[in-house]
Amino acid sequence: MESERMNIVLADDDADDRLLVRDALAETQAPPQLDCVEDGEALMDYLHRRGKYEHLPAAQQPRIILLDLNMPRKDGREALKEIKDDPNLRQIPVVILTTSNAMEDIQRTYDLGASSFLIKPRNFESLVKTLDTLVRYWFDTCRLPKS
Amino acid sequence: MNHDHKPFTILLADDDPEDRMLTRDALAESRCANRLETVENGEELMDYLNRRGKFASLADTPLPGLILLDLNMPKKDGREALKEIKGDPMLRRIPVVVLTTSKAEEDIYRTYDLGVNSFITKPVKFEGLVAAMQMLSRYWIEIVELPTEESQHGI
Repeated sequence: MESERMNIVLADDDADDRLLVRDALAETQAPPQLDCVEDGEALMDYLHRRGKYEHLPAAQQPRIILLDLNMPRKDGREALKEIKDDPNLRQIPVVILTTSNAMEDIQRTYDLGASSFLIKPRNFESLVKTLDTLVRYWFDTCRLPKS
Repeated sequence: MNHDHKPFTILLADDDPEDRMLTRDALAESRCANRLETVENGEELMDYLNRRGKFASLADTPLPGLILLDLNMPKKDGREALKEIKGDPMLRRIPVVVLTTSKAEEDIYRTYDLGVNSFITKPVKFEGLVAAMQMLSRYWIEIVELPTEESQHGI
């Protein structure tokens, strides 16, 4: 599967957190390409290739979406629901990456169709380890739908 | 961050006894300590999850934390079972991982469309299967938070 594109989009409103994930992903064994958006509304624009994302090729949808839950404008729960209700987007796995460990968030997001729920480790080394496992699991072990 | 030894049960649905044994051995080899239960087809899987028929005695026990699902099975195949599970408000939150020999794009696309949590094409060689089960355990047991009360853990 190495010939297949490895690209991920991350939706997170915190600029420091986006940078941390970017830096941590760069330290994984096979770093995927990462695009970042700053809230659920920007994520939906990105996925629909509209507004400031109009120029992006429609055929190169992300293979995986990493989604924070608490964001302004449109939060992760709402974005997740929209993605999973959309027949053209629902095949893309959505992995929740958040600091929340509330059982209610965990259950609700699985109910809405999240593929899995990860709690963002606070220290950088653990974040690298978590993201390395995530990348290897999704891109080496699993098969993903073609975008 | 260390989430070892979560007690949840893994449920495997596969009609081939040899494949069930291989998956069991590969999980054991990858040092997965979780209990593995097996059923033989989609119909048994739905009986197991709904605690009915020969599984009625499980009524008060926790549901599995993770389901490994073969696609091609008699009676009710994996696609139908997946559709039922993801259409059922009581069951849909349980993660389902397809574990199959199929690598058909259509199966991949269609099962993600039905809400599968991930899709693994079973490696043909045993060592490959062990490596895949190792990554599966590392992902679902060590870093993922599962929605079932029994599998919750602190951080």
